[in-house]
Amino acid sequence: MAPHDLRRPFKRAAISDQQRRRELSLLRQSQNRRDAQQQARCLASSILSLNSQNPEAEIEQNDGEFETSSETDRESVTPSKDLDVRQASKLKGAEARKWFARQLMVPEWMIDVPNSLSQDWYVFARPAGKRCFVVSSNGTTVSRQRNGSILHHFPSALPAGARTRNASGTGQSYCILDCIFHEADQTYYVIDMVCWNGYSLYDCTSEFRFYWLNSKLEESGACSPPSHYHRFRFCPIPVYPCDQNGLWTAYTGEMPYVKDGLLFYNKHAHYQTGNTPLVLVWKDENCSQYVIDTDSQGQIPSQQQVVLELQNDGKLATSDDPPVVFGCLDRDFIEKTGLHPGILLRFAVSDGGLSFVDGKLENADLNYLGKANRARAFADSYSKVLFQYTVRHSPLKIDELLAAINSSKDQEDKPRDVEMAG
Amino acid sequence: MAMEVTQILLNAQSIDSTVRKQAEENLKQFQEQNLPGFFVSLAGELANDEKPVESRKLAGLILKNALDAKEQHRKFELVQRWLTLDVSAKAQIKAFLLQTLSSPAHEARSTASQVIAKVAGIELQHKQWPELLGALLSNIHQLPAHTKQATLETLGYICEEVSPDVVEQDHVNTILTAVVQGMNSSEANNDVRLAATRALCNALGFAQLNFSNDMERDYIMRVVCEATLSPDLKIRQSAFECLVAISSTYYDKLAPYMKDIFNITAKAVKEDEEPVALQAIEFWSSICDEEIDILEEYGGDFSGDSDIPCFYFIKQALPVLVPMLLETLLKQEEDQDQDEGAWNIAMAGGTCLGLVARTVGDDIVPLVMPFIEENITKPDWRQREAATYAFGSILEGPSPDKLMPLVNTALSFMLNALLQDPNNHVKDTTAWTLGRMFEFLHGSALDAPIITAANCQQIITVLLQSMKDVPNVAEKACGALYFLAQGYEDGGSSSALLTPFFKEIIQTLVTVTHREDAGESRLRTAAYETLNEVVRCSTDETAPMVMELVPHIMMELHQTLEGQRLSSDEREKQNESQGLLCGCLMVIIQKLGSSEQTKFVFMQFADQMMSLFLRVFACRSATAHEEAMLAIGALAYATGSNFIKYMQEFYRYLEMGLQNFEDYQVCAITVGVVGDLCRALEDKVLPYCDGIMTQLLKNLSSNQLHRSVKPPIFSCFGDIALAIGEYFEKYLVYAMPMLQGAAELSIHISGADDDMTEYTNSLRNGILEAYSGIFQGFKGSPKTQLLLPYAPHILQFLDSLYMEKDMDDAVTKTAIGVLGDLADTLGSNAGPLIQQSVSSKEFLIECLSSDDPLIKESADWAKLAISQATSF
Repeated sequence: MAPHDLRRPFKRAAISDQQRRRELSLLRQSQNRRDAQQQARCLASSILSLNSQNPEAEIEQNDGEFETSSETDRESVTPSKDLDVRQASKLKGAEARKWFARQLMVPEWMIDVPNSLSQDWYVFARPAGKRCFVVSSNGTTVSRQRNGSILHHFPSALPAGARTRNASGTGQSYCILDCIFHEADQTYYVIDMVCWNGYSLYDCTSEFRFYWLNSKLEESGACSPPSHYHRFRFCPIPVYPCDQNGLWTAYTGEMPYVKDGLLFYNKHAHYQTGNTPLVLVWKDENCSQYVIDTDSQGQIPSQQQVVLELQNDGKLATSDDPPVVFGCLDRDFIEKTGLHPGILLRFAVSDGGLSFVDGKLENADLNYLGKANRARAFADSYSKVLFQYTVRHSPLKIDELLAAINSSKDQEDKPRDVEMAG
Repeated sequence: MAMEVTQILLNAQSIDSTVRKQAEENLKQFQEQNLPGFFVSLAGELANDEKPVESRKLAGLILKNALDAKEQHRKFELVQRWLTLDVSAKAQIKAFLLQTLSSPAHEARSTASQVIAKVAGIELQHKQWPELLGALLSNIHQLPAHTKQATLETLGYICEEVSPDVVEQDHVNTILTAVVQGMNSSEANNDVRLAATRALCNALGFAQLNFSNDMERDYIMRVVCEATLSPDLKIRQSAFECLVAISSTYYDKLAPYMKDIFNITAKAVKEDEEPVALQAIEFWSSICDEEIDILEEYGGDFSGDSDIPCFYFIKQALPVLVPMLLETLLKQEEDQDQDEGAWNIAMAGGTCLGLVARTVGDDIVPLVMPFIEENITKPDWRQREAATYAFGSILEGPSPDKLMPLVNTALSFMLNALLQDPNNHVKDTTAWTLGRMFEFLHGSALDAPIITAANCQQIITVLLQSMKDVPNVAEKACGALYFLAQGYEDGGSSSALLTPFFKEIIQTLVTVTHREDAGESRLRTAAYETLNEVVRCSTDETAPMVMELVPHIMMELHQTLEGQRLSSDEREKQNESQGLLCGCLMVIIQKLGSSEQTKFVFMQFADQMMSLFLRVFACRSATAHEEAMLAIGALAYATGSNFIKYMQEFYRYLEMGLQNFEDYQVCAITVGVVGDLCRALEDKVLPYCDGIMTQLLKNLSSNQLHRSVKPPIFSCFGDIALAIGEYFEKYLVYAMPMLQGAAELSIHISGADDDMTEYTNSLRNGILEAYSGIFQGFKGSPKTQLLLPYAPHILQFLDSLYMEKDMDDAVTKTAIGVLGDLADTLGSNAGPLIQQSVSSKEFLIECLSSDDPLIKESADWAKLAISQATSF
């Protein structure tokens, strides 16, 4: 019960630097723990654990795969022997397919021209080939197609991409690149960078991602010609601001690869998985061999085909979020055919076509064809159906794109109205 | 049973160490052979008025120390020992103790009071000794004064010792009645009145009900206020102490008394002796503490459910309070800045003024500015110092808008004073004030910078010059530079302002650490801390200069390891230096190791640094260990898997750190470093895991280890599992039951004070992080089915957490993440289980719509994982 000491800190900072060192360390550790967990939850480990099941078999099959249709089409065709393997490990395969399909940013099709193309957008010519995720981790590199199947399993000069003696960097290091594999020159054209050397770029603008891609990829040596520890060459893609020059160069300019349409990236958009209106694809016959959808034999069907998902209530919907409903199957038909909700179904667009009121789909004249290919992970998106529809009827032409850029330029140059006061 | 102990007790206080040791040995033997007999003999000695006061006092002290210890574990043992002691011996001891309260020997009475309180502290908790309070209170009015004094003192100690919920309200009422009557001015005996006043201070916590009753509260307040006017200094001081205690315990009941209290305190501050005046100022500081807390917690919005409203006492008293405090500033002592332990009325008044500024903000400025303007140029140093101090005090609280113009005007005046003023005291306060300007009004968050290209050079030149001044001034100059650098820590474009001076700053700070007198006024510590902050704010441009610093700091650390045969003073100094140097290296490792540009070159020093750290461990100093351990964690993170080459040598120190229960900070930091190692080494950490896991499991089972270390140990399980994957299999059988047990304990937060709630949540977080790491570690392995048996309990744990509704955001985030990890790893095997759980429904939905992006992110993950696990 002695009198209490009532001294208070005098002319002292509230917190000592030692305490700060402790706290900063704790902060770093919990941040690192979070990163480690996040990484475990995300791609790299999934890819490797799936990969370790049966990599040889998958590589073999894929080597024998013959590409028949455009890869921008979601309907990627998998050979039938793949199905056997998948039936053996059915669960993993389907899981993998869905998983990977969800990890890629999927462009919407350009059905009308966005405002401010010239200020806020980039444009580049999309290489023809297989869209895939390339992941380097733990001394090896794996490329997986959108449907989850392995394309290649190889050493590369990407960080953590090969077991070389002088491999530096920590065990946590890994990269995830969004690529298109171009068969003719056996090159991975990198169209986006998702993670680099353990550093996630998901939350960075595409402006930054392209900048990072261009500076880091070259530095890493991944653009060098193939060698023992570097099986395939990687190559960045020339990206242009979407002004008149840029668009014209991307459209007509000489590229080291075969073109398959143009891709437009909004400069401010983050890497967002799934469908996004902030990346757009556009094609015409001049810049793509595959403008109109082909079937599994590579033939253009006489009627446009669409793939839709059957919902609980019998409605037929696109893959968009929220989904767009194209029609409805009646209950009897569903019961008779034993179709279950969630299944993907193929339809032909009949003579009645698609009709719109106020820019919204009002009616679709659909004809049931059958179940979609098993390798499909999702239904078509609304923008794809519409683009395919307009391509067959009144396509959006390059002149209209150029005109849109010009008109916005005109507007810029136009003096603004000034209210006169004198 | 009792034994003659007088001579032994006297011998135990002999100046002859042989005699003393012999006596201590005898006491120890007696205690070991017959504990009840030993205690009874001591109590008998204490009670016996024919014995010398020295032996009685020691007898009481030994008894007291046999009932209580600072260390939790030891305390628990002592309590158990007393509770199981022979009942008749205890009765005898207690009778002796109560009897001693009537002894004419003051020291015997006072010792007995303390022992009684210790016994009561144990027994009342267990509903024993029910007659104690009755015995003390029954005849308090008939007692002779000295017994009454001892009885009141005993009541005071008991109130300090036991928690209010074990004393019935009837007893509380009787205690308070006795105590307040003892304080009353009608009590003629000052010793009784003082004992009563001190007792009230401790008894206030028991008086919740009495303070809610207007009449009783009025009576208590009147008696306390009257006691502040007693002619006896100690009674006045103690009465003010009661007011301070009341201000924090019953803030919301004070309104009717504030006017009187202001008059009483103002008079005391002006006229009374220092110990009393200090308590009077403390009353106002304490009111500020309360109002700052309330305003911070509720942001001034009382329409909601805040249970204690702010009465704005400070704001109302402002016009009279501020002049009173300004007056105290002029009562400085000559040498207060050189004396670490100094505390006087000027310091207390200045501190209170700072708190008032934080409480009321802008309103204080016009009340203080005239004082500053009038005094700052006066020939008397006291006036200049007081004015400067007043300015420094009000820099935290008022808005930048209000302060900016004043600071911009004052800045060059202050810089000039720091170099030119003839008085050290003034320079000390001036440098401190500059530091406060930079701390609160400089940084990227503020619109208009006070440091510009135009004045930056002058500011830095003056501060560096001032670092050559006497130690206390130099220390404050270091502090000012610390805050100046901190404003640039986020690396904004304005941090380039420092670049031209960077080299000179580093050189000057290093020179300061070498000053002969750097041990005074903690100058050396301040110089290193500032150096650390300067390193933290370095940029790509200045990184090479930090790089040059590395070999230098390593050399200094090397030198501290070379000294031999040091005196204990020198060793202490050496340990302090090692801690500071390791701390500095750690900051450098974090800075240079985190940037790709500098990492490669920097890593060339890694081997040398590591061998120095290992040598630091060989010297036994907790502070240096802690700093070296932190540095090694940072180094492991920067080095990655190459760190494996140090593991063989480092491992034993790691183990030592994990075993260091005494300096639990070292233990906690070492646990964190295990996490760093796991992330750096990944599966290469495997050979060390047996040892680490064994030690961690031991730590968890120990009740000697500070509880704050346990949650990080659980998190560490997760780190290990994530690193070694399915090899964690062999630890599952030990780790899982521990996690399960802890999870069950952590569900219900009992007692629910803030500390306990915070601890429980950190425990939950640790447990959940462990589960996350284990699930993710096993993902994709054929052994995932080993985890399946644990899934029901884990889901149940998540459900219970959700039902309890008292998780904080961090736990919510981790918990929903665990749900995802479980689904991800166990897949369809756990599908039905998951679908049955509440967590996968309501909890998940709540989290999906959370505003907290981290919770949302984890919930999205869980949703995805669950949809995969349940869709096949």
